[in-house]
Amino acid sequence: MSIIQFIKTSKYFGPLKVLHEVDLSINAGEVVVLVGPSGSGKSTLLRCINGLESITSGDLIVDGISVTEGAKKLREIRQEAGMVFQQFNLFPQLTALENVAFGPQKVRGLSKTEAHKQALALLAKVGLEEKEAHYPAELSGGQQQRVAIARALAVKPKVMLFDEPTSALDPELKQEVLNVMRQLAEEHMTMVVVTHEMAFAKQVGSRLIFMEHGKIAVDGRPSDVIDNPPNDRMKDFLQHVE
Amino acid sequence: MDTDWSVIFDFLPQLVEGAKTTIYITIIGLVGGSLLGTLAGVMRAYGGRILNAIAFTYIELIRGTPIVVQVMFVYFALPVLVDIRIDPMSAAILAIIVNAGAYIAEIVRGAFLSISKGLTEAGLAIGLPHWKVLVYIIGPLAFRRLIPPLGNQFIVSLKDTSLFIVIGVGELTRTGQEIMAANFRAVEIWTAVAIFYLIMTGTLTLILRILEKRMKIL
Repeated sequence: MSIIQFIKTSKYFGPLKVLHEVDLSINAGEVVVLVGPSGSGKSTLLRCINGLESITSGDLIVDGISVTEGAKKLREIRQEAGMVFQQFNLFPQLTALENVAFGPQKVRGLSKTEAHKQALALLAKVGLEEKEAHYPAELSGGQQQRVAIARALAVKPKVMLFDEPTSALDPELKQEVLNVMRQLAEEHMTMVVVTHEMAFAKQVGSRLIFMEHGKIAVDGRPSDVIDNPPNDRMKDFLQHVE
Repeated sequence: MDTDWSVIFDFLPQLVEGAKTTIYITIIGLVGGSLLGTLAGVMRAYGGRILNAIAFTYIELIRGTPIVVQVMFVYFALPVLVDIRIDPMSAAILAIIVNAGAYIAEIVRGAFLSISKGLTEAGLAIGLPHWKVLVYIIGPLAFRRLIPPLGNQFIVSLKDTSLFIVIGVGELTRTGQEIMAANFRAVEIWTAVAIFYLIMTGTLTLILRILEKRMKIL
């Protein structure tokens, strides 16, 4: 049963065609890794799923709702599709705990006590319960990203979208974020991940999509397509990433 | 030329009255100007084409003309145009509201737009409507950045009240002028008037600095 379905989806930025009639169906429980050179449309594809980018033509159905059905429906989609950003984007005036509790309080309408209780459990899940009172500026990049993951999980989404979640991190901090993501995958969370971490793609991904010029060029099992790239462009790309 | 500083003390009660009027115009004018400016600034930053155009026209009209001309217009021209009689005090307050509002609008717009777009996206991504993102996330952050330039504008507006001498409002400068006309003690009286302004702007600066410290500017 597909939870995300692109149907001949196209996206233009002005005259520039970023997505070219993409057809793609993602099933619940899949961990889809999106890779490709910069400008290939992978981030745009991801951002269309929760409507941070609007699609120009075609359709895109997320959990039974089309992204073209208007602002109210879009907010429903966003509660089902949590997002983690490259730059973390934690709210700087709120503590780690308040960041995580914010969504449940303001979106789901939970009481402060209940939201904080849940938030604390989520911080524990990402290994940061002792940092609950810290502000984002007082946390390392890896810790901030883990709080950001907890914040996205707090709204209880069915899908998690990751937009280069480790690209802004030092190598030694990447691992703590990837570990949390691995744990989510083990819990059968549906995930769509834009990343350059090929080792992660191979170990955790159930499906790898290589994008080029706004189209899906390769779609297959990560271990198969990474070890035996089906086209030269991807082979070339992998050499640059490794 | 001999100076006699003791004359200041003779006229102290009058000067205090003038300063009170200045403070009164400034406070009401700046509260109104801040509200109007916030509205116009948010219209500029997030309004559609029409709201943006309205705010833009207002800001350009006001920033492009001197405040003396504005208050003259409100006091002398408006009654002719629309047949409303306005007393000098109301004209002065209205002039500060409208004038400060235009400058504050640009300050507000700049502060809101200076907050990283990523934070808006993060708010939207958890399913908040855009207005809630502005009220709960972007607004409080923008407010902290607003304080220093807002303080600047507050001080400018406070001093601009002295220009209302042209429509005969009995504020501090006008009071000084009247005392001077009677006793010709220019050095003493204008020194005293200047010190009064310094005390008022100094107090304003102090309040803003405390506020800024409390808010922990990000």
